[in-house]
Amino acid sequence: MAAHAGYRVVVVGTSAGGLTALRTLVGALAPGFALPLVVVQHRSRDSELLCELVQECTRLHVSEVVDKMDMQPGRVYLAPPDYHLLLEEGSFALSTEAPVRFSRPSIDVTFASAADTYGAATVGVVLTGANHDGSAGLRRIADGGGHAVVQEPATAEVRVMPAAALAAVPEARVLPLAQIGPHLAHLPHPPLAYWPELPR
Amino acid sequence: MSLPDAPPGYDRELERLEIQLLLEGIYRHYGFDFRSYAFSSLRRRLWKRVHAEGLSNVSELQAQVLHTPAVMERLLLDLSVNVTAMFRDPGFYLAFRQTVVPLLRTYPFIRVWHAGCSTGEEVYSMAILLEEEGLYERTRIYATDINEVVLQKARSRIFPLEKMQEYTQNYLRAGGTRSFSEYYTAGYDGALFQQSLVRNVVFAQHNLATDSSFAEFNVVVCRNVLIYFDRALQNRVLRLFHESLVRFGILALGSKESLSLSHAEELYEALSAKEKIYRRLG
Repeated sequence: MAAHAGYRVVVVGTSAGGLTALRTLVGALAPGFALPLVVVQHRSRDSELLCELVQECTRLHVSEVVDKMDMQPGRVYLAPPDYHLLLEEGSFALSTEAPVRFSRPSIDVTFASAADTYGAATVGVVLTGANHDGSAGLRRIADGGGHAVVQEPATAEVRVMPAAALAAVPEARVLPLAQIGPHLAHLPHPPLAYWPELPR
Repeated sequence: MSLPDAPPGYDRELERLEIQLLLEGIYRHYGFDFRSYAFSSLRRRLWKRVHAEGLSNVSELQAQVLHTPAVMERLLLDLSVNVTAMFRDPGFYLAFRQTVVPLLRTYPFIRVWHAGCSTGEEVYSMAILLEEEGLYERTRIYATDINEVVLQKARSRIFPLEKMQEYTQNYLRAGGTRSFSEYYTAGYDGALFQQSLVRNVVFAQHNLATDSSFAEFNVVVCRNVLIYFDRALQNRVLRLFHESLVRFGILALGSKESLSLSHAEELYEALSAKEKIYRRLG
């Protein structure tokens, strides 16, 4: 990874098998984790439990994104079902544009938006899943100088998505699921003073 | 290419400048004000149009837009249409039936403003709901959008036949009390909805970014429109809605749009916090 002021956001994409993978990844992050972690998980329109199920395994604050919500370090943000999730400078924007590759939220859309807004300060992570969503977006992150991470396909509940991401971004860092959380925790990040005043 | 965007390596600062110049040009030449739209989604849709016109950057699009009104029309469609459905978010309509309809029964006459109605699917949904609750006869719905082209579609009463299965399921989950197929006739070019559903609807052009309030309403519905605006414009529009509502009038937003991030929160109480249905305080 290039010498720079540090990464500013982590975006994670997952589909089939994602709940277990997310709980493992997020559960491995200590309370002092210093980046915002933004998760796009494919799910049905009326699945409402995801937030609670992820919250169960971490002391980090987990919430579903509401439009224009601030993005803060050490928090986990979940894309709401049936919207695309876009990243603005320091906050989120939602969109109801048409599904991309049959998905809304689309991992590609969120990843591309992260790369466009945060450039080389973006970390993209592709986990287990049964489709190819996330590959093009991860490519965009890598092209922008960001850091690409892919779950080792052999350790994925469904290997299709990480394998596709790896084909699109062969230079991505490949890690078994259990090591992704610790890897993220050790990435360079800006000092907390970088962030604007943190409410609450 | 599923991800409309700048080519790799495009200068982001230059891109921002080009977009600002384009939006300024559109505003001064055509009067449409997109300068306070959420940048991330605006950029996506601008690049989509750049590629669709066979151009290579936003500055080229600016020349096309300013010199060729047809390009502006196409861009306007990109920027203002969002995909919607009849009874989108059935839980919203269910909550509306349960919490708002009883309040509306106390009014002799009901005025509804549906702001940003796009192609009208949600206007027809509301008309059906009010019809079934016996309130439609004394209701007038003002359905507005920035874009005349989508309003024409809304007025046509024709919707894609292949959507009817999805809409029927939404309708049932939204608490529909009849058979959804009663409301339309299937034809070659789509499902034609009953004329009677729009007998009390006025479709008209209105621009939330620049136009002012035009009447007093009992209900303002504006769902999944504010998400395309930045916070400053959101606050402007929420002020407009507040001015447009009668005391104790109803404001309904999209399920992921919250008053809690705006200046308007203390002006309302939540009737359904989950479905973002609010009532204006005195």
